[in-house]
Amino acid sequence: MFREIAQGLAITMRNMLRRPITLQWPEEQKPASPRHRGRHILHRYDNGLEKCIGCELCAAACPVGCIYVGAAENPKDHPISPGERYAERYEINLMRCIFCGYCAEACPTEAITLGPRYELSDYRREKTVVTKADLLEAWPHFEPAQGPVAERGAGADQRGREMLDPGLGPRVAWDAAERARGEGPATAGSHGIASHPPTVAEPPSRRQPGGAR
Amino acid sequence: MNAAMRNPMLADWWNFSIGPDIWWVILVKAIVVIGFLATAFAYLTLAERKVSAHIQLRIGPNRVGPFGFLQPAADGVKLFFKENTAPGTRDRLLYMVAPGLAGGAAIFAFSAIPISAVNCIGGPSIGQAGLSCPSGYALHWDIAHLNVGLLFILAVTSLGVYSLFLGGWSANSKYSLLGGLRSSAQLISYEMAVAFALIGPVILAGSLDLERIVVNQQHLWYVFQQPLAFILYFTAALAETNRAPFDLPEAEQELVAGYHTEYSSMRFGMFFMGEYINMVTVSAIATSMFLGGWLSPLPTGWIFFGYIPGFIWFLAKVSLLLFTMMWIRWTLPRLRYDRLMSLGWKALLPLGLVNIMVTGTIVALRVA
Repeated sequence: MFREIAQGLAITMRNMLRRPITLQWPEEQKPASPRHRGRHILHRYDNGLEKCIGCELCAAACPVGCIYVGAAENPKDHPISPGERYAERYEINLMRCIFCGYCAEACPTEAITLGPRYELSDYRREKTVVTKADLLEAWPHFEPAQGPVAERGAGADQRGREMLDPGLGPRVAWDAAERARGEGPATAGSHGIASHPPTVAEPPSRRQPGGAR
Repeated sequence: MNAAMRNPMLADWWNFSIGPDIWWVILVKAIVVIGFLATAFAYLTLAERKVSAHIQLRIGPNRVGPFGFLQPAADGVKLFFKENTAPGTRDRLLYMVAPGLAGGAAIFAFSAIPISAVNCIGGPSIGQAGLSCPSGYALHWDIAHLNVGLLFILAVTSLGVYSLFLGGWSANSKYSLLGGLRSSAQLISYEMAVAFALIGPVILAGSLDLERIVVNQQHLWYVFQQPLAFILYFTAALAETNRAPFDLPEAEQELVAGYHTEYSSMRFGMFFMGEYINMVTVSAIATSMFLGGWLSPLPTGWIFFGYIPGFIWFLAKVSLLLFTMMWIRWTLPRLRYDRLMSLGWKALLPLGLVNIMVTGTIVALRVA
């Protein structure tokens, strides 16, 4: 009996001398694995063109219907994506998203992937609908297109909550709040985007799917 | 002692004496000890959480203040602001008395434990390690110096069981009652073991005076002469303080919280306080009886060791024992109830008797 007790005490003492494995979130962040399926990222090619061509296959593949894509014709003189169309609006309702990754599998241009971000909770429901402004990889000199706020959208079922904040639509309200806080969409340097991208404007090639992740 | 100290005359009220002590000296000592114990309780809860956390590779409370040092204050505030719910069918008087008794008995027992050697104020100390103080004022480092201190402590620590049992009984709840019954059965069986284990050092010292017992250990601590008694005492003390692996009275998995199931708010806090102060008291008794009390473990002739005051050593030893108690709690699983009883009656008690017999025989042969 005494031997077992001594053994047990030795184990606990050894544990006491070891470093705690606790990660003190939020000061310390848990590194996400490369294959972590967190919040989505809309990628760009190396020359800055958006990979998304507005085909809406992701929205079709989504088992919970949390993606809304509002496609538009690409302007000829100032193309936004290499395809005929581009996503004028791209919204994901993270309250519905189950992070299955089917959208990434369905995407023909690898425009959407699930990224490493996992801190997705918020005090306001409306903020859990992320827009293209949040999702798109940042790029210098490219202002992310901000689509019109229409009734239909990924967060359509969450509308009406703007009543909490009369006078401002939810999207407008939180954009204003973010601007006031000095937070914009993701900036160069985050998501492993180079701050100084190559300036050559050559047509994107399939061989080298760019936007180094 | 001068005449003024002995005469309780009105003009002499400042020196009015209770026994050999001046009343305000006793008052100051009592306030210091109660304050110390209350603080010790607060920080023991933090220490317990920290020790358990590190054993489980966690960090423990570290959000309130640096290293969580203000956590006890936050907990205390929370406890006071909690709603004080009570079952409607309770025995009102006993329900109210029990939590007070829990803390009270533990603090009460501490009053006879000397935490440092006698200081002779205004006169030389004479005798073995300055035990007696024929002229001048003898400042004892316990609240009330008793020459049968150990008997007093044993009597008073047994009072603690009343709080557990009354708390269990008065709440009129089955879990409380079961917890209370268990605690009384447990305490009765382990009280004997405690007493028998302590008789070994008493035989060696030839006194029930804790100061004398400590001074008698100046050459060799009793833990080395009485290792069996020390282990018996420590085991029984764990059971007496209802600590794991003997925390049957409040076994969460079976009895919700045992005797204090129906208590909330600061009344629950009082039971908590009772448990932790009891830990301190029990460790202090073990320190005095076996670990040489305030005596320095290092030769006092060395550089500065002679200048370390006795109570520092005393507190260090008590802290070591307290840590051991926590270490044991977070290592060993709870005993089954029948095994607990058989350990008490069939192992600790006979071993204690054997220890007394052997010690007594050796002492008798040495004297003869």
